[in-house]
Amino acid sequence: MTLQMLVQIPLLGVAGWLLAQGTPARLRRVLAAWNHRGVSGLVLASLTGLVWMLPRAMDAAVDVPLVTLAKFLSVPLLLGAAIALSWPRMGFVVRGVFLVELIATCFRMGWLYLVSPVRLCSNYLLDDQQRLGKYLVGIGGAVVLILAWKLMWGRIDTGRTERKDPPIGPR
Amino acid sequence: MTVLRTLLASLAILVAGIAVLAFSTDGFRAYTTETARRIDVRTHPRPVPPLVLQAADGTRTSFAALRGRWLLVDFIYTRCTTYCSVQGGEFANLQRWLAGPIAAGKVTLVSVSFDPRDEPAQLAGYQRRFGDSGTGWVAVRAVASADRAVLMRVFGVTAVADGLGGFVHNAAINVVNPDGKLVAILDWDDPRAAARYITRRLTP
Repeated sequence: MTLQMLVQIPLLGVAGWLLAQGTPARLRRVLAAWNHRGVSGLVLASLTGLVWMLPRAMDAAVDVPLVTLAKFLSVPLLLGAAIALSWPRMGFVVRGVFLVELIATCFRMGWLYLVSPVRLCSNYLLDDQQRLGKYLVGIGGAVVLILAWKLMWGRIDTGRTERKDPPIGPR
Repeated sequence: MTVLRTLLASLAILVAGIAVLAFSTDGFRAYTTETARRIDVRTHPRPVPPLVLQAADGTRTSFAALRGRWLLVDFIYTRCTTYCSVQGGEFANLQRWLAGPIAAGKVTLVSVSFDPRDEPAQLAGYQRRFGDSGTGWVAVRAVASADRAVLMRVFGVTAVADGLGGFVHNAAINVVNPDGKLVAILDWDDPRAAARYITRRLTP
C-alpha cells in the first residue's frame, strides 16, 4: 500500500511530467487556449488524484487488470502531464490553493490511515496502512516546512507584476 | 475568450470527474472493496457454484447438496491464532442459538478453509477445538485448488499472507439462501445479527 501510493503513483506522475516536456508546440498552444492560468489542468489533476486515493480504487488496481491499465494511463497523462503543463501558468493564489490542499490531503489521509482500526484495502495489511499514514503525515509536515522556509527566505512570485504566460512555441 | 474556454473545460472535467467518482463508489456509497462487495451481493445475489467439497470426516459434499436450506458460510484457516480464531467460537455459538432451525433441517453452518494445508484432520480438530456440538456445522475444503480460487472469487474473499505463516483476510458471515444464492454478507464480529437475520427469514 505504501509502495503503491508513495512510490508507484508518484513515479507514474513523474513519468507523465517528463512526457509533457516533449509536447509539440502546436498541441501546447491548443491546450493553453483552454487552460487559463492552469486552472483546467489543476482541476483535472486533482480529480484524477482523488480517484486513485480511494481505497477501493487502489484495491481494484491490484485485482482487476483493466483498472491497472486505467491507472497506468491516467496517472501519467491526466495527473503528471496536466500538472507539468499547468504549473508554469499558475498564479500565486492558484499555486497556494493547490499546495495548501495537498498538505491538507496528506494530513487527512495520513490521519485516517493511522487511526483506522480496520483495513481499508483488502489487499494490504494493517501495519502497511499505518506505515503509509505515518509517511503521509510526514510528507504533509515536510511540505509545510518547505513552504514556510520559502515564505520567509525564498523568492516568491507574488503575481504583483503583470503576469505573462511563458512564451509558447520554440524559443 | 481563453477564460471562458477554461471555465467550460473545467466544468466539463468536473462533471466527468464526479461521474467517474460516482461510478467507482457505487454512487458515493462504497469507498472500500469490502463495502462494495456487500452492496453488490445485496443488490445482485450471486449463485454459488455447486463445487465438490470435502468435509472434516473425509466425506464429499457440495454446495448443490446443501441447497434447500439457509447456509451461514465463513472462510477460515485452521492455523489461525489471531482474531480470526474467534470465528470458530462464534460458529459454535450460532450452532447453539440456531439449534431449532438446524434440527428442522432449515439451516446449516459451513466453515470453508482457504488454506491448502488444511486436510480433513485439521478441519475436524478445528471444530472439536471450538466446541462443535455435533450437528448442523460442517467444516469443508475445496478439493481442487482451482475450486478454492473460484469460491474465494464468488464470495469476494481476499487472503493476504501475514508473513508469519498465517493470513489476514476479510472475514465475514456470508448468507446463502435456499436457492443457493449468496444474498448477504454480515459482520464477522456480530454473530447475533446473523442469527437474527436467519430467524427473521424463517418465521413467517
